[in-house]
Amino acid sequence: MATRQDDLSVKPEGLLHQQYRRTIGWNGKTLKAMREEVDRLTEESGYYAGLKELPFKQSDPIRFEKIFSKLRGGLVHARETAKRVAASPIVEQEGELCFTLYTPEGDSIVTSTGIIIHVGTMGAAIKYMVNHNYEENPGIEPGDIFCNNDCQIGNVHPCDVHTIVPIFWAGEVVGWVGGVTHVIDTGATGPGSMTVGPVTRYDDGYQIACRKIGKNDILSQDWVIESQRSVRTTKYWLLDERTRIAGCHMIRDLVLGIISEEGVDSYRQFTREVIEEGRRGLINRVKAMTIPGKYRQVSFVDIPYRHEDVEVPPYAKVDTIMHAPSEITIHPSGQMELDFSGSSRWGWHSYNATTVSFTSGIWVMLTQTLIPNDRINDGAYFATKFDLPYGAWMNPDDIRTAHSYAWHFLVSAWSPLWRGLSRAYFARGYIEEVNAGNANTSNWLQGGGYNQYGDIHAVNSFEAAAEGMGACAVKDGLDHACAIWNPEGDMGDMEIWELAEPLVYLGRSIKPNTGGYGKYRGGCGYESLRMVWGAEDWTMFFMGNGYISSDCGLMGGYPAASGYRFEAHGTDLKERFANRLPFPQGGDARPADAGYEQVLQADVVKRDKQAITTEQIFENHDLYLNYLRGGPGFGDPLERNPKDVEKDLNGGYLLPEYAQKVYGAVFTKDERGHYQVDEVATQKRQQEIRKERLARGVPTREWMKTERERIVAKDAAVQVRHMYATSFEITPKFLEEFKEFWDLPVDWNLLEQELEMPTFGSSHRMVNKQK
Amino acid sequence: MAEYDRATIEELIDGTIDFFKLKEMLSSFKDPGRFDTYIEVLQDRVKWQDRILLPYGLHLYVVQKTDGKRMIKCDCGHEFCDANDNWKLHALVYVRDTEDRVQELYPEYLAPDPKWQVIREYYCPTCATQLEVEAVTPWYPVIHDFQPDIDGFYKEWLGRPVPDPAG
Repeated sequence: MATRQDDLSVKPEGLLHQQYRRTIGWNGKTLKAMREEVDRLTEESGYYAGLKELPFKQSDPIRFEKIFSKLRGGLVHARETAKRVAASPIVEQEGELCFTLYTPEGDSIVTSTGIIIHVGTMGAAIKYMVNHNYEENPGIEPGDIFCNNDCQIGNVHPCDVHTIVPIFWAGEVVGWVGGVTHVIDTGATGPGSMTVGPVTRYDDGYQIACRKIGKNDILSQDWVIESQRSVRTTKYWLLDERTRIAGCHMIRDLVLGIISEEGVDSYRQFTREVIEEGRRGLINRVKAMTIPGKYRQVSFVDIPYRHEDVEVPPYAKVDTIMHAPSEITIHPSGQMELDFSGSSRWGWHSYNATTVSFTSGIWVMLTQTLIPNDRINDGAYFATKFDLPYGAWMNPDDIRTAHSYAWHFLVSAWSPLWRGLSRAYFARGYIEEVNAGNANTSNWLQGGGYNQYGDIHAVNSFEAAAEGMGACAVKDGLDHACAIWNPEGDMGDMEIWELAEPLVYLGRSIKPNTGGYGKYRGGCGYESLRMVWGAEDWTMFFMGNGYISSDCGLMGGYPAASGYRFEAHGTDLKERFANRLPFPQGGDARPADAGYEQVLQADVVKRDKQAITTEQIFENHDLYLNYLRGGPGFGDPLERNPKDVEKDLNGGYLLPEYAQKVYGAVFTKDERGHYQVDEVATQKRQQEIRKERLARGVPTREWMKTERERIVAKDAAVQVRHMYATSFEITPKFLEEFKEFWDLPVDWNLLEQELEMPTFGSSHRMVNKQK
Repeated sequence: MAEYDRATIEELIDGTIDFFKLKEMLSSFKDPGRFDTYIEVLQDRVKWQDRILLPYGLHLYVVQKTDGKRMIKCDCGHEFCDANDNWKLHALVYVRDTEDRVQELYPEYLAPDPKWQVIREYYCPTCATQLEVEAVTPWYPVIHDFQPDIDGFYKEWLGRPVPDPAG
């Protein structure tokens, strides 16, 4: 359904007969017919729904803006109000929820604040219902409530549960409203909302595929019973669901009120025009802020699954690397193309993603940089072209894939896009908008068992909502302050987490040296030392990048630090407390010093780079270090203002030896422990470092000759070779470009069959025909 | 529409801008005249005469030679290559591909494992400024980060021709 004049007004004769007809689209059409028509008109004209003009906005802009403001304000208000219904700190403290209003065909019109990636995912669920004739069976009626969390239909990961409600006016669907919350547990193989361990869809937990769960605004009893029996955190699940329903119903009432005031014809016209306006808005911003051309960047994530602490089926015991190369093309027309050709294949792990989560999530990022306004809708999607290779980790060609922590790859794949856009801002002079990238938003402290109240429980600490931010071209990145997936992220109060988790805080500290060094450094992360207390049958696991830093720096800045884990089992803390002896507290500033172990006896201490594990048993008084990562840096560190290096030293953001080695700082420390940088001596030392660089640097083309020899000999660790083999297989163009760059023999190739690892899925696929 | 004087843009470039002024700048609509003021400041600051067509990165510029050739040039005066070429292929590189080398940068446990990832530092062969850092797997082709469409930018977005080499 589009902007054909015939369809923009309700025909009285249509209203008279509507009770007898079965279609619920505009003017006697089915929703499916409306979907097809919008797509066709958009494709044919290049304008959303064929709208070359915006007559409503042009003729009555104040009224147009008034409707937008009422809707936007109402959606934000609904989110703020509804989240008070929830008991889960993820929703109530961290704001991990979002509400979006859609057209009858599932295109988003306006969204609330919060986890706005779901602008696209809930739209995908609506489109699925539209395209699968839900209108006929199970039927779509006023008061219905639908639920979806199925990734292959379009979700990010199963813990993002959608509640979707149709909005009817005079017998026709005028739209849909969707609400999503990030629930604490989905009944997966391990506890926690984003558990590590699932390697297939069938391990990912309770999956609801666009199911009708209520009628006449009441949840069906069978649904409530089944869902309560399918997850670990029943109370939180129930209240999260009430949160979503409350918000959806508030927004439905708001829309019906606006239609009463403005008339349904005006509302319909508004919904079409505001999406086309969103499309034009992105193009205008691209032209105003960037430079046409091509921007290339890449990121990686380690998947170290051959380790003994990763308990997965044998075919998933693969060490490999996620590869996310991207090329942004900005055309002189202002249209943007994002090409991820060369990405590695999906795998037997929990980090695969769907196309809609990948494309929709990019708006989360863009709203923090290119389009920082409240006009977030599907217009931006229609202004952008994506190339996501079929079979890659963000576009799996097999329905079996697991997605429980899709974000692990998503946040890393998007981070380089900041860098690409930042090159454009830098060239254009908008250097205040430069951002070197975002942190890999980990570690995720998760686990479950019986909690301190004796209830079956799962935990998923959202301390990860406050990582280090990438550096700007005019200032440092914020320390422990943000996460890309929720622009309003917050680390949460320790006291609240202690209520929600049987884990006592023994420390919460800035983590020095975690932000990437630079003229302006990336924001540092932080760390929390937790002691298990009051739990029974308790397990936890780690999830983050370990062997790899998941992004580069920008224009001479360094990447953020990579990850590691610390855990201690069978400790003597109980005796230490009883005897008032020293015990581990605060941060782990120099991990190699093993400071905690100086005041601790434990049967097992695990301190290593294996930052991903599956469930491990934790007894009371065992320790777990939750280290949240930093952001990448900008510019040559030798250009950092010595006063800022001094502040870093005195603030605990930088260890002294790295102030010397990386920044060339020469300093003294007084008896009170205060550092003072000697600017003259520092300048002299920096000149020496420049000379050292000239001495150790080699012409790039010379170095390439030696690297080429390694490639010809296939000399690299198996995880590196596996990554390349899957990328080559999916994107032959990437193989050809690789061979051309390194001047390799014509017949050079690298196949998975050559590798000493299992390769399930490399040749047999269970293609998702239900898309 | 916002507009900033040259002094404000210089403060921005130097990183000395007042926080609240910066905050306002971030929150406001962008000033369409920024590019020209920015180029003017940068051009006045370099010691050479070649015309800057586009700032390419920190210390790097696409400049126009008098014969019309476009080059990538460092502010120290080092000319890397033609504007369409990848300047990194004409730089000095230092690859941190051993534990010792990565641990010069990061404390042990916080450094990447060179079996998984190496760090490549690209220096200007004349002034030794570190111009870019890549954190990539072994074997990774040197990334050609940015290929601006300078003609499209000037003609279609700024609405004027690319500056005349003779002028």
